[in-house]
Amino acid sequence: MENSIIKIENLIYEYVKQEVLDDGSTVEKVKRALNGISLDIEKGSFLAVVGQNGSGKSTLAKNINGLLLPTRGKITVKGVELADDERIWDIRQNVAMVFQNPDNQLVASIVEDDVAFGPENLGVPSEVIRQRVDDALKLVGMYEMRNKAPHLLSGGQKQRIAIAGALAMDPDIIVFDEPTAMLDPKGRKEVMAIINKLHEEGKTIILITHFMEEAVQADRVVILKKGSGILLDGSPKEVFCQSETLRDVDLTPPLAVELGDRLRARGMDIPQDITRIEELVEYLCQLK
Amino acid sequence: MSIEVKNLCHVYEAGTPSESRALEDVSFTIENGKFVGIVGHTGSGKSTLLQHLNGLLKPTSGQILIDGVDITADGTSMLDIRKKVGLVFQYPEYQLFEETIAKDVAFGPKNLGIEGEELENLVREAIEMVGLDYEDYKDKSPFEISGGQKRRVAIAGVLAMKPEILILDEPTAGLDPRAHKDVMDMIKNIHEKYHNTVIFVSHNMNDIANLSDQVLVFAKAKLLKDASPREVFAMKEWVLDKDLDLPDVTNLCEALREKGFDLSETIIDIDQAEKEIYDIFK
Repeated sequence: MENSIIKIENLIYEYVKQEVLDDGSTVEKVKRALNGISLDIEKGSFLAVVGQNGSGKSTLAKNINGLLLPTRGKITVKGVELADDERIWDIRQNVAMVFQNPDNQLVASIVEDDVAFGPENLGVPSEVIRQRVDDALKLVGMYEMRNKAPHLLSGGQKQRIAIAGALAMDPDIIVFDEPTAMLDPKGRKEVMAIINKLHEEGKTIILITHFMEEAVQADRVVILKKGSGILLDGSPKEVFCQSETLRDVDLTPPLAVELGDRLRARGMDIPQDITRIEELVEYLCQLK
Repeated sequence: MSIEVKNLCHVYEAGTPSESRALEDVSFTIENGKFVGIVGHTGSGKSTLLQHLNGLLKPTSGQILIDGVDITADGTSMLDIRKKVGLVFQYPEYQLFEETIAKDVAFGPKNLGIEGEELENLVREAIEMVGLDYEDYKDKSPFEISGGQKRRVAIAGVLAMKPEILILDEPTAGLDPRAHKDVMDMIKNIHEKYHNTVIFVSHNMNDIANLSDQVLVFAKAKLLKDASPREVFAMKEWVLDKDLDLPDVTNLCEALREKGFDLSETIIDIDQAEKEIYDIFK
């Protein structure tokens, strides 16, 4: 891919655990979490990664920003190989991460201090930090709350602060690891609106999620399967119409696909590539 | 077991500057054996309500009757109430603590004075009820199993008390789609087997529509609506105005109705949607 910002080549990652046996000797237990993943991610794209627990989604995310280093294979971010010790800090600054539980990511007792934490650690000049913190808080709609204590905010608001903290690092790429899993529907919508906004502003977005209705908002969806790597890779339409394959890995196809399958089984002529409710409605109207 | 809540109010930190009203004049009745869904946003008072139902919180004013017994009255045995009303908190797996799964599940009934074979039978039944093999899992550490399994073990710990009323606060929060389905199927099986009263909090309107006989909608400390899921989701504008969602299948069928399709009003399950759409084209 010409315009690729992240290039993953045959990535294998194994967790190694030392186990002590009854006789006192130790053995190494190896668990392979990623088995040969190759992925080219285009600059400015919005990629959703879906898969069951244990399929390696979070391991993949942590490899992308160098929190974990590949057992085998190669990852390059903006042309720099992640195994390069000298450049790893540049990469971490370029690839920000937002995790599931906002309570585990907030460190300061005042919102704006929390957002400033990342760039402060990078030694960014203080006037630049001020600017970045203000910009980040405005973008996530939390500027008015800048002097509040994070623990008094709702889950959705806390997650927006965590996103502002990631933005203050001025990254090109943001990896969201199930950012809405612990939020109520309102908080979930707030966070998804911000993710879409960041995508429009040109950031490269990688969203790990269990919610199909979030994955359909991306421009590319990758489905991971435990032990065997990438199962499906394509536009949301291309991926979600494969209802059999989705069910094989215990993912529920979107309603329009499910209902389309059922009507087809009864002999109706419903195209396989209908994945959204509006499309099914429109098609049925034409059929009538 | 029936539940009757009358004019329940709860004020946190009453009389201080940080006083906040969590429940305001809430009244409803749940009949024995019903499956009840509770919906509402964070801060609407749902969790405060649940904690009243098994006596963890005392009302500021109002009454709660469980099978006619006023649990807010002086002298009511809280132990009896907690035997009858089992409460599964949000993220209950954080409360696992024992060295084996069997011991963890046994903790509740053991505290009630049950021991020996009776205790083992209860534990076995509870573990199998949540879909885990007793022999395979009883001696495992609750910390070496998957997240979805931990959640099930935590629910087994409450089931081992044989509650006549089972309350679950967002039982599928944070689970992946498969674990989500497993846990919802499991709750349905428990209800079908024991015919107990089940109350669950959920943000997932598809689950609410599929399972509940009765839905309670909360917002800002008040009970706004107490009705069947069909009645609730029939008030489309109202539901959306409250920042809640409609089930996917309702959205689809309403869109078709707007285009002139002759479908029943407020379809909330996919089987019915499939049948009615097919009938139109037959």
